[in-house]
Amino acid sequence: MEKGQKFEEALENAATSVADFDTDDKSFVSRFHHALHTTPALVPLIVLVAAIVVFGLTLGSKFFSPFALTLILQQVQIVGIVAAAQSIVILTAGIDLSVGAIAVITSVFMGQFTFRYGIPVELSVLMGLTAGTAIGALNGWLVAVMRLPPFIVTLGMWQIVLAANFLYSANETIRSQDIAEQAAFLQFMGSKFKIGGAVFTYGVVFMVILVVVLAYALRATAWGRHVYAVGDDPEAAELSGVNVKRTLISVYATAGLICGFAGWALIGRIGSVSPTSGQLLNIESITAVVIGGISLFGGRGSIVGTFFGALIVGVFTLGLRLAGADAQWTYLLIGVLIIAAVAVDQWIRKVAA
Amino acid sequence: MKPILKAKGLVKRFGRVVALDNCDFELLPGEILGVIGDNGAGKSTLIKAISGAISADEGEIWLEGKKVSFSSPIEARDAGIETVYQTLAMSPALSIADNMFMGREILKSGWQGKIFRRLDRRAMEIFARDKLSELGLLTIQNINQAVETLSGGQRQGVAVARAAAFGSKVIILDEPTAALGVKESRKVLDLIQDVRAKGVPIILISHNMPHVFEVCDRVHIHRLGKRLTVIDPKKYEMADAVAFMTGAKEPNEKAA
Repeated sequence: MEKGQKFEEALENAATSVADFDTDDKSFVSRFHHALHTTPALVPLIVLVAAIVVFGLTLGSKFFSPFALTLILQQVQIVGIVAAAQSIVILTAGIDLSVGAIAVITSVFMGQFTFRYGIPVELSVLMGLTAGTAIGALNGWLVAVMRLPPFIVTLGMWQIVLAANFLYSANETIRSQDIAEQAAFLQFMGSKFKIGGAVFTYGVVFMVILVVVLAYALRATAWGRHVYAVGDDPEAAELSGVNVKRTLISVYATAGLICGFAGWALIGRIGSVSPTSGQLLNIESITAVVIGGISLFGGRGSIVGTFFGALIVGVFTLGLRLAGADAQWTYLLIGVLIIAAVAVDQWIRKVAA
Repeated sequence: MKPILKAKGLVKRFGRVVALDNCDFELLPGEILGVIGDNGAGKSTLIKAISGAISADEGEIWLEGKKVSFSSPIEARDAGIETVYQTLAMSPALSIADNMFMGREILKSGWQGKIFRRLDRRAMEIFARDKLSELGLLTIQNINQAVETLSGGQRQGVAVARAAAFGSKVIILDEPTAALGVKESRKVLDLIQDVRAKGVPIILISHNMPHVFEVCDRVHIHRLGKRLTVIDPKKYEMADAVAFMTGAKEPNEKAA
């Protein structure tokens, strides 16, 4: 052998066996750690099941009934939908503070287009969804092309959209009866149907379908892989062939579209079109995402986790109310959960297990 | 012989720093061209300008006689120039297969791919596994394990395998052996020669003189933002190359 350096001759007798990895004698803790690392939605699922079991045991059939459990779904549907939008943005290591404002302004657009201009209600809904997408795309453009920090862009957009919402609607609420009489399609997402004692709305169905579709898109399509890659390390993603700008804009635009659907579901939930509704959606959606185990640093977590996160908040809220506790206990516990969730995230991130 | 890749008069400034100062570059078909130079000489900037990661302020680049100007790495890649960056450019949380196919994923055939844009994970995993075993560089248990669970050398191996698998016209390797042990370095060097045997020319940027002098057909010496000279490693000693690139000695024949 003439090639190679002199010192490399020693390689001829080098061991050829490949590294063996011990997997059998791992302790329970390290195996659990590994499972959490590969399936980040496991933590919120465990918390969710535990919460349901605890409330079910202490409150009995008052809580553990099809009616009460589906009531939770109805109560979390808006937050759940908005949190899905928030999830895909946070997966790119961004944040969207304007989600709540977009949801509200699209609901106002849908209502006012129908009632003020007499546009057919289906068309108004479509225009509302388009407006939501456009606002989201503008966020995305400012983040991706103008390279402004997402926090600042969406903080500004939140104020702009909320103010525009009040200016445009003249702070005027469209009453529930008027909508039911003249444009029932606006309340479509709120229509109920029963299966046994369980009560569902189309908003709840939409939330579940949305989570399934997004989970599929994130796992099994190139777009989803790119979202994770951009959140992980945008420079590496760019160098390895991802169109980072297009991915970011598509994520923010999709988030805007989803918020548009949340606005539509909001009309179904409260019955009326009110420019003052949905004020807490920002914080509640971020809460659901964090409890759901998505890392605020991007690139890690799953949309299913967010769904569980939203349900956990719903279970605590209803369970504690049924138990007769002061509502402040709910906020206190959710505060604890948020901090615990981030602590668990840090623990999971320690790769060496 | 006509160069397959040629650059003329490249200039790149970062503020007041001139990283490329009227730099020329030529890569001949089927050769391994070493690029050496001191830290800060502008090697990386030159490579980034060729691979589309940055665009030069002035100058022109020709690929196979056709003028090209890449505004992104994706365009360079589509033209057949594949690069392994020093930083490796991988997403740690994603799997090996995901990383190998980043930006050129295989979709399932039929309606699943057409309508639902579903990825063909099996095909990608098989391809990735084949390429990695071809390289013989890796002792990886699972093609689906996240890149962050690999050692530095294994990551390097995946990055090189990715470039070797997809590079059709030119492969650029920026410090491919820097993070590797003796055995792994040897495998990468063997791989580089395998790739050349297939007829794909390689640009090898390295500080490792023995490696450069062993595998390269010609060595481009970079100094102060431009090509100082190109030498034949069989006619010069490593000490000469080091003297040229550090300015201790002037080459007899200056590059035009």
